[in-house]
Amino acid sequence: MYRWLLCFRYLRTRYIALASIVSVMLGVATLIVVNSVMAGFAAEMHDRLHGLASDILIECHASGGMPDPETRLQEMRDVLGDRVEGASVSVHVPAMLGIDFNGQLITRHVNLVGIDAETYDRVSQFGKYLLHPENQSQVSFDLRESGYAPERENFPAAGWKYRRQRAEYDRLLDEERQRVDRTLRKSRLQAGLPQPPSRQVDDDLEDDPAAAPSPGAGADQGPSMSLDYSADLFAGGDGGTPRQTFDMATDQFPGIVLGIATCSSRLRDADGNVNDHYYCRPGDDVRMMFPNASENAKVVNQKFTVIDLYESGMSEYDSTFAFVRLDQLQEFRGMIDPISNTRSVTTVQLKLVPGADLNAARDALRKRYPPDVYAFNIQTWRDMQGPLLAAVRLETTILNILLFLIIAVAGFGILATFFMIVVEKTRDIGTLKALGASGSGVMSIFLSYGVLLGVVGSGVGTVGGLLFVRHINSIAAVIERITGQEVFDPTVYYFNSIPTIVHPLTVVWVVTGSILIATTASVLPALRAARMNPVQALRFE
Amino acid sequence: MTAAGEFLPYFLPAAFDPNLRPQTSAVIEPPPVLQAHGIYKSYQKDSLEVPVLRGVDLEVATGQITAMVGRSGSGKSTLMHLLATLDTPDSGEIRFNGRRIDNASRAERDAYRNRDIGVIFQFYHLLPELSAVENVLAPMMIGKSTWAYFKTRKQARLRAEAMLDRVGLLHRATHKPRELSGGEMQRTAIARSLMNAPSLLLADEPTGNLDAETGLEILKLLRGLNRDDGLTILMITHDDSIAATADSLQRMKNGITQGNRPRRIA
Repeated sequence: MYRWLLCFRYLRTRYIALASIVSVMLGVATLIVVNSVMAGFAAEMHDRLHGLASDILIECHASGGMPDPETRLQEMRDVLGDRVEGASVSVHVPAMLGIDFNGQLITRHVNLVGIDAETYDRVSQFGKYLLHPENQSQVSFDLRESGYAPERENFPAAGWKYRRQRAEYDRLLDEERQRVDRTLRKSRLQAGLPQPPSRQVDDDLEDDPAAAPSPGAGADQGPSMSLDYSADLFAGGDGGTPRQTFDMATDQFPGIVLGIATCSSRLRDADGNVNDHYYCRPGDDVRMMFPNASENAKVVNQKFTVIDLYESGMSEYDSTFAFVRLDQLQEFRGMIDPISNTRSVTTVQLKLVPGADLNAARDALRKRYPPDVYAFNIQTWRDMQGPLLAAVRLETTILNILLFLIIAVAGFGILATFFMIVVEKTRDIGTLKALGASGSGVMSIFLSYGVLLGVVGSGVGTVGGLLFVRHINSIAAVIERITGQEVFDPTVYYFNSIPTIVHPLTVVWVVTGSILIATTASVLPALRAARMNPVQALRFE
Repeated sequence: MTAAGEFLPYFLPAAFDPNLRPQTSAVIEPPPVLQAHGIYKSYQKDSLEVPVLRGVDLEVATGQITAMVGRSGSGKSTLMHLLATLDTPDSGEIRFNGRRIDNASRAERDAYRNRDIGVIFQFYHLLPELSAVENVLAPMMIGKSTWAYFKTRKQARLRAEAMLDRVGLLHRATHKPRELSGGEMQRTAIARSLMNAPSLLLADEPTGNLDAETGLEILKLLRGLNRDDGLTILMITHDDSIAATADSLQRMKNGITQGNRPRRIA
């Protein structure tokens, strides 16, 4: 009883102990805040990664892909049984994206994906990251009239409306150029000067008649028709051929969805506002170059009309992916067997029922398709994002270690404080022993004092940390106002608020850990107090 | 004779009252409550051995005030610590009610200090964080487990208040030691030493830090406790005039008791 009475009294009367409490408190609060933010971050990232990547991905490394995907799918279903919830096949091919931007050619390396919009949306999140609200609910590879990204300010005009204006502008520009050209020729003729070589006036993208299928008609054409071996990409084709009837104002090329970062850049202007700059937008035409599926691969050069942009928030995805219709891409690449008319795919994505063991499913599939026979790469989404997830885990671990070191430093503060208190209390310790207190009793005074410091410090720290986490976004706003420095830079992160998740278990761990540290720190002084010779302690002359 | 001598009559008469002190030399005395025999104790100072006690014999008779007189440095405080089992002698034995306590286990010695004896010091040694009544309660809190104390805390509190009342300090029960005068602190310390109803009170220079008048009040209080409650007291002092008031007196010089001469006033 006297132990508790005394240690409560010491707590109340020794202000130096407050310093220890504050240091424990700060350590605990920091740990809780950092862990919550990291957990929020990780969860958000997992969500996105998982949402984008589907549970299991089977890639075929052969350039022609795997023929007869239906049979393969059936085999996989046989292996996995009723664990399969959904499946989708797609074609992945590395490609170069060419965008005409103010007469300049911008090239980007992208991962061109041919998808079946129906099934693809079932195995991974796709539609919800598109900008047009109607595409979010029902993906269509046709250009919409307008209404892209309604919630986004400063999004440029896009859609058919924009495309018509653009076509009109191009037409007028073309007319003007021809007029200037004619005038020039006439004046030169009059002056007796030699004629300049006939200039190819139209250097726009749209004048490639060989690759101009009518809207949505890709499926009707044989694979040979859509193959364009022109190496001279933007030079305007073969000038002599008569113009076809492709009219930019009313027709579109096969639709393509570009990752938003492949065709835009996010910059901060002088006032610190974040602005997006688009090289192209829905309604513009872009060019894709990718290898075909034949033995000696050639480059396919195909025009597409951007029908939407894709923004997942994962810069890795947003800056590398471009989506087109699976059947069209299969045709462009020649992945349709002319005899059996079966279509090949490069990738199968599986979605398993919730709670299924992904690793077990992966291993079963690997057993079915041994890697030394099949050129299949079978991965779960975790495997694919392994390095990233591992990096985040490592980061969290290191942060935790560092912050626990902070609490350990606080522990040393407690150690020093306690030694001082023990020295100060020498006489009282002698008195207690003279009154019959045992060494362990005296020791427990200081041990419980340490525990009490830990409990109070971590208790206040927990409350403070949880409050901080709850109001973290308004706190960030205040810090932004004071320092003028954006805490959460939207050019780097796609979250507009700081995600946080408080795991109760983490809180328990943090609190237990800091109480343990505080207790450990008080063991040495407590031992010293317990071992103190009462005679020495009482001698006061 | 020091100034204390003038006040001797105030508490001496009790010793003369035949009603209160029925035992005479003729009557068979009860066995001594505390016996020390052949106590040696030395301290190691660097490589030099400094003998402090060199064969001390002592008997504290039940129901008496025994005084142990010696000059500073004669080893009387060391003896007191040995008697309170705060330290162990190099040789010799100490018996409490016939039971050896100098080589008893730690727990036994803790219990002995807590229950069998009460100790008061020259410098009071109150715990500064606790109020007077809490200081008085301390021995009981120490002696009982938290739960056992918690169950009996009301009785404990009443007893502590009774003890404070006995030393005339009930009105200052909630005061902290720093708010008390020296005499009040010593009286609180006496109340504390009585809390567990010990059979022996060890007093180490109980008046050493007080002015003469206050010191006499303390002595009077001790005498009253001896007379009214039959408390056995061993008082250690350097002051002959105080020692002269005791029932029996032992003198100590250079670590040796000068013969065991009970000075019977009868």
